Parts: sequence; C-alpha cells; structure tokens
Amino acid sequence: MSDYLELSDLGKSYETPGGGASIVVKDFNLKVKRGEFVSLIGHSGCGKSTVLSMVAGLNPQTSGGIILAGKEVVGPGPDRGVVFQSPCLLPWMTAYHNVALGVDQVFYTASKEERRQIVEYYLSVVGLEESMHKRPSELSQGMRQRVGIARAFALAPKMLLLDEPFGMLDTLTRYELQQVLLSLWGRDQRTALLVTHDVDEAIFLSDRVVMMTDGPEAEVGDIMEVPFTRPRSRKEIMASPLYDRLRAHLIEFLEVHAHKKGREKAKGCVPKHPLPENNESHSPLTLQLK
Amino acid sequence: MKERGFKLDWLLLPCLGSIAVLLLWWLSSNTWSKELPDPMKTWNSSKIYVLEPFAKRGELDQGILRFTVLSLSLVLKGYVIALILGTPLGFCIGLSKTFAKAFDPLCQVLRPVSPLAWLPLGMVLFLGAGKNASELAAVFTIAICSMWPTVLNTAAGVRAIPQDYLNVAKVLKLSRSQTLRKVLLPAALPYMFTGFRLSLGIAWLVIVAAEMLTGRPGVGGFLWQEYNALIYEHIILCILTIGIVGFVLDRLMSLVENRLKFA
Repeated sequence: MSDYLELSDLGKSYETPGGGASIVVKDFNLKVKRGEFVSLIGHSGCGKSTVLSMVAGLNPQTSGGIILAGKEVVGPGPDRGVVFQSPCLLPWMTAYHNVALGVDQVFYTASKEERRQIVEYYLSVVGLEESMHKRPSELSQGMRQRVGIARAFALAPKMLLLDEPFGMLDTLTRYELQQVLLSLWGRDQRTALLVTHDVDEAIFLSDRVVMMTDGPEAEVGDIMEVPFTRPRSRKEIMASPLYDRLRAHLIEFLEVHAHKKGREKAKGCVPKHPLPENNESHSPLTLQLK
Repeated sequence: MKERGFKLDWLLLPCLGSIAVLLLWWLSSNTWSKELPDPMKTWNSSKIYVLEPFAKRGELDQGILRFTVLSLSLVLKGYVIALILGTPLGFCIGLSKTFAKAFDPLCQVLRPVSPLAWLPLGMVLFLGAGKNASELAAVFTIAICSMWPTVLNTAAGVRAIPQDYLNVAKVLKLSRSQTLRKVLLPAALPYMFTGFRLSLGIAWLVIVAAEMLTGRPGVGGFLWQEYNALIYEHIILCILTIGIVGFVLDRLMSLVENRLKFA
C-alpha cells in the first residue's frame, strides 16, 4: 500500500488541423503515497491543469495510465473530490444544496438525517455555519470557494484534486483558506494533489512539490521534498532558513524554464507565447538541494 | 425633487405622447381621411362594449373583455402545445450536434412563414374534424407559429450552459435524468423563459389572423366582422384591446422572467 496514486507515462496530445499532433503532456510519471499532499507547480499553460483533469477523468489521456487505490481510473467519479479554480457552484442552489447534491449521490444508503449532518458538518468546518442557506450570489468569492472545499471533502473521496483553488482570492483570504484546507486534510487524512503557480502555497501545503517543465511536451522536471513537520505554522515555517532554500530552489527552476520556450519552437511545436529563438543549451534537470 | 422627476418620466411623458397621437388621429379624420372616425366618435360608439365588458348580446356582439377571454383561451391552447413541443425540441437541438444539424435548418425555414400561410394548411389537416375544424386549425396555427422562439432560445440556453456546471454533474456522476433536472433545466431556464415570453407575444399576434379567417368569436373575429359591417369605430377598439392585452401579457411574463435570473 505504498503508492496510492500512480501516474505512469501519462500523455495528452491533440490532433492539429494540419494532421500533426500537438503534445501537451508527455510521459508524466508520478507516485503519490496515501495521505500525502503533493503539489504540481509550473508556469501557466505548462499542462499542470491538464494532468489534474486527466486524474479527475474529465479529460481522457491519450497515452499512459492512472491507478488510484489499486484501480484504474476511467472517467470522472465522486471518489475524487475536485475543487475547481472558480468554485463552480450551481447558482440556483443554496450553499447547503450545492454540497447536498453530491452527498445525496455518494451516501444514497444513508438516512436523510445522516446526510443532513454530513452536509452541515462540512459547511460549519469551513466556517459557513451562518450562511449555509444563502445562494452563491449572496456569498463572497472566498466564501464560495469554502463551499467548493466543503463539497469536495463531504464526498469522502479517496483523493482530493485541487486546481489552483485559491488563485482568484486576495492574499488574506488565501492564507485563511489554506489553513482551512490543511486542517480538513489533516483531520480526514486524504491524499491530495494540488495544482498551483504560487511557490509559497506549494511549500506551505505540500509534502512534496513536483516541478513541471514547460509545455508543450511537459513532464516532471524535478521533485522537492518539503520536510517541515505537521501541523505547520506559517510563521514558524517562514522564519526557518530551510524555507528560503526551498523557495530559492523552486524559483530557480521556474526561472530556468521561463527561457526554455524558444527551444520548443525549434522542435516544431508552437508555444502559446512564442519567444525569440534561444540557443542556450540546457542540462537535464539536476538541480539539487544544497 | 427626485420623486417628481420620476413621475414626470413615467406618467406625464406617456400621457403627452398619447395626446399627441390622439391629436394626429383627430386631424387625420377631419382632413384627408374622412372615413376614419375621430376619437370622440370612436368612444361614443365603443363605450357599450367597454362599459359592459362581459355582456353577451349575440355570437359576434359581446363585451370586449368577454371577447378577450374567448381569444385568450384559444391562444392558451395553442401556446401550451407550442411549449410542450418546442421545449424538448429545443433541448435536443441544444444537446446534440447531430440533431441540430438535422433540424436546425428546418426550423430556420419554417420560422418566417406567416400565420396566414399556416391557417389554410391547418384547415386542410383537420378537414375531417367537422364542427371543430376551425378551432383545431386555429390552435394548430397558433402552436406552429409561436413555437420557434421557444425552440431557438431553449437550444441557445442549453448550449450556453457553462462547462463548469457540466463538470460538476460529471464529477458527481449524476444520472441522465438527475443531470437534466438538477443542472441542465435550471441552468437553461432563464433563456427558456425569454423564449416563452417571445412565444406568447407571437401566439397573441396570430390570434387575430386565426379568428379573422375562421370567423370565430373573439377580438379578431369581432374586428373582421365590424370591418365587413362598415363600423370602423370598433376596429380601432379592437386594435387598442389587442395592444393592451399583449402589453399586459408581456409585462407579466417579464416579471416571472426577472425572478428567474440569478446573478
């Protein structure tokens, strides 16, 4: 039971009108242990969200395989709780009913009362005890994302998939919700995969940070362990000298890859934002923690 | 100060506009169009219909509201059929590309056909129905003419459902009927209702044509009969009635429509 989630040689390509194929993700390999919190970090458009949506089953992979808890993942399902970048609440339902929609689906054998308790429990844990009967339009952006998190956890999923869940929030709200997420995660012992482009978020939340090379043909560039003990306090972590080293490592990786795009163009793939040709050679990714 | 500005805009200005039109009407009937009855004459001749709105003196001599109710009940029948047929059709067109390719061109071709063209076909269709033929033909015409806005708006509404909502349904593995009831239907409802409102407008528009040609009692039938009887005052009465009823229907529908909007 060492590897709970296993992505092997995962790849995604689209056929281009010219008959060729544009490869977004190529040979993506990753193993995640049960209860582990792993972040995927990379530049926007590098394909990290594509990896996540393949695991979610919303975007079928074109090659490779995904195994979750010993079973191959085919198509979407409530065993993976997804928190989307925008909260994706159904605007005609209250916060309560948005969560209940999934809970009724997953716990259809439970009694009505039990299901009500599950929904109310998770909504109060994320701090929405007072506003669970409001519609999304009456809630702030941060509160909506709280509902999104409650919805994902309430399904008791095997795994959590978070796609830049805090990207649209202001810093204070983001800090608060990261804390909410961590405490729920710690309590329920879920396995989590987070996509982010925020270096600090990745370090604060994760056990391991997976750095992705830039697309097209994105793959795992490097993996960094984050050895801080849990439960973590943001203050203590940020004061530690190790924090700066981890941060510098991540930023260095991301900076190196910001200049890689020119090379991709020479391969015949057109990147989203073509940069001038650049013949600087790159050694394979061997950045290590010093 | 603001209160007075509000009243000026919403009460006084429409009154001024109406007075201007009345004046123009009065001028016309006294100068170049001698046959056109002037406003005073129209009122004197029509007041019995307005002041005794539910009187029934004969088949085509009834109070104006009684006529309106007759017309509305016919419109309602056709309209309900239009919604029952149009909504699922719109859903299918919105959901399936194949279905859209098969039926969308047909909708676009049939949509601009005038009620005057459909009515004879309706008569032919229900020729075997005997006494009810004219009513069935009228209902058929109303239904087929008023269906299109519902079809097209429902299809547009279904197509406009954000992928996010569909992803939620997929992740939760909702069954087809649950997805339809809990996600697709509520998400498309505002669009659908716009279609319903436009459809009702058209259904009411068609009534006059349908009643004129079938000679059924109702606002339209009355209008046509009075034209043939050379009582032109009543034509104007009918036009005003049709306009006001149509306006009220539209207002009522948009009240419901606005309640459905979620921001």
